[in-house]
Amino acid sequence: MERGLGCVHIPLYMRNPDTDVMRRLLIAIVWVYFAGLLIGPIAYLCIQAFGEGFMVFLNEVLRPEAMHGFWLTTEITIIVLLINAVFGTITAMVLARQRFWGQTFLSGLIDLPFSVSPVITGFMLILLLGPGTILGTFFGAMDIKILYALPAMILVTLFVTFPFVVRELTPILMAIGTDSEEAARTLGANEWQIFLRVTLPAIRWGMIYGATLTIARAIGEFGAVLVVSGNVLQLTQTATLHIYQSYVDFNYVGAYAVAAVLLAVSFLILMVLELVKTRSSAVTDRSIQMVRP
Amino acid sequence: MKIEVRRLSKHFGSVEAVSNVSFTVKEGELLGLLGPSGSGKTTVLRMIAGLEFPTSGDIFIDNIRVNDLSVQQRNIGFVFQHYALFKHMTVSENVAFGLSIKKRAKPEIHQRVDDLLQLMGLPGLGDRYPHQLSGGQRQRVAIARALAPRPSVLLLDEPFGAVDAQVRQELREWLIRLHDELAVTSLFVTHDQEEAMEVSNRLIVFSKGRLEQVGSPAEVYEDPATEFVARFIGSMNIVEAEVKQGVAHVRDLEFPAPDFPDGSRIRIGFRPYYIKLSQDPNHFRQQARLRHVYFLGVAYRLEIETETGLILRSRMNKEEFRQRRFEVGQPVSYAITQFRILPQDHGALSSPMQLPDSPLTP
Repeated sequence: MERGLGCVHIPLYMRNPDTDVMRRLLIAIVWVYFAGLLIGPIAYLCIQAFGEGFMVFLNEVLRPEAMHGFWLTTEITIIVLLINAVFGTITAMVLARQRFWGQTFLSGLIDLPFSVSPVITGFMLILLLGPGTILGTFFGAMDIKILYALPAMILVTLFVTFPFVVRELTPILMAIGTDSEEAARTLGANEWQIFLRVTLPAIRWGMIYGATLTIARAIGEFGAVLVVSGNVLQLTQTATLHIYQSYVDFNYVGAYAVAAVLLAVSFLILMVLELVKTRSSAVTDRSIQMVRP
Repeated sequence: MKIEVRRLSKHFGSVEAVSNVSFTVKEGELLGLLGPSGSGKTTVLRMIAGLEFPTSGDIFIDNIRVNDLSVQQRNIGFVFQHYALFKHMTVSENVAFGLSIKKRAKPEIHQRVDDLLQLMGLPGLGDRYPHQLSGGQRQRVAIARALAPRPSVLLLDEPFGAVDAQVRQELREWLIRLHDELAVTSLFVTHDQEEAMEVSNRLIVFSKGRLEQVGSPAEVYEDPATEFVARFIGSMNIVEAEVKQGVAHVRDLEFPAPDFPDGSRIRIGFRPYYIKLSQDPNHFRQQARLRHVYFLGVAYRLEIETETGLILRSRMNKEEFRQRRFEVGQPVSYAITQFRILPQDHGALSSPMQLPDSPLTP
């Protein structure tokens, strides 16, 4: 046992029996907490998903409705990821490097999506684009369908995932400073070359980290998407909406099966995240030594 | 290539960081810009590089006005205080960066990188990453990177500011040798007087965005043009005096000041080594007590308190001090042999004036 709390190594002769009891008690509490909150429910979910056999599980996962849900979730996630990567990077670079009017206000707004309930996010969009509103009428006249269609689902997912890339990159950009970019400039590099060859490599782990969080959140998003999608089978039903629908329709195995797949994906993403975290912290530690005191 | 700066000014909002500065860096020269932090010297360097743009004034590199050229077009090499190496690139990739931007052929780049690493005393370190190098090595990589595209001038911003004292000394000597070898026109910024004196062919002293003096290290040291230079380079005793009938009086000390009207208050300055000391209380006219002795390595600083309570600094080389066996607390006699009159407006100093060191007993 070399990891976690257990690795606090105290030589035998120094051990105070009381603290030893305390230590064991604390470890026990952590185990119970994890077991009760995380491991238990996950194990139960897996048992339920595979409870009626693997073929039943496979059958549920491969149902056209489920497959459509997976595909729609994937589609939304990829589009949101691309948009967030580009605009998140631009936003972070502007916030970290420029001084402009209203900057503090904008910086303060970045975290807003974290504090607004996704359901409210969905309602905001409906209030903005619903039938009878100016924008709603406008897009209606243009025959562009936003609400209860893919665009609205992308918009709300963008809203809820907006902070991840920006929040990751802004502090990294501030920490690395502009010295190496200026150095590249004195060596003849133009702005685009500087971004591609100097800035981007310096922030790449932060970007991967932010992107991973964005993917995890986009896959798991439910409330906001439910409100704006209309939850139309095989049309605007994402994987999470499919789970909800199956559950409501008493198709428990179907709900558990799809949930288990999403869980596996989330787990995989988390593993990648852990990997990236150790890499990126190593990189940041190094860069911090070289930053102006 | 020659660098020339004419009437250069830079304002940041209402702050005048650089004000009306003109100077020339001769071809092949290693010139130091010396000044305390915030004196505008780095701003001047960055304007020459094209990293900042002047509010007014002109910059010429090789007789071409470069004001409207971007950094990329100026063909300068810039070395940053904190190295600013590309951390995700190896040493070789760092050095090759400028050449690869200029789309030079691979073999040519390889050759140049190898040559430079050899020249910098870094052979075999090409595959290392910056974080695997010491501070001194990083700074040499930074210099190699700046030199790789054969810049017309080399600009160094506090090049040794971030390395520790011992390495700094080595790097200085190394830079002088490198400059002797390459003879590239170089301008470096420092706040360290000793470094500026040791490294530069000539130096420019800056204060509050203004140019105080240009000259060889010896000229600037021996003949400071302004009070600031006198205080910043080496040290100076400065006393307040009142003029009566062409003589400035400071307690019991007297200095001739024929050009000043009665009652005017002036300041008198004299370098520590222009105070002569004797253990014989009757050797010189003025009496004092030795308060403190500070060991400076090559010399000693002796702090005396005069009969009338003035505290003055004298300086004596090591051999002399040891021969003469001064002891703290003992009475001494002293004489001031040379002084200057400092203007009230902190402008130009008077030329040095000699005083007879008139020993009472020859």
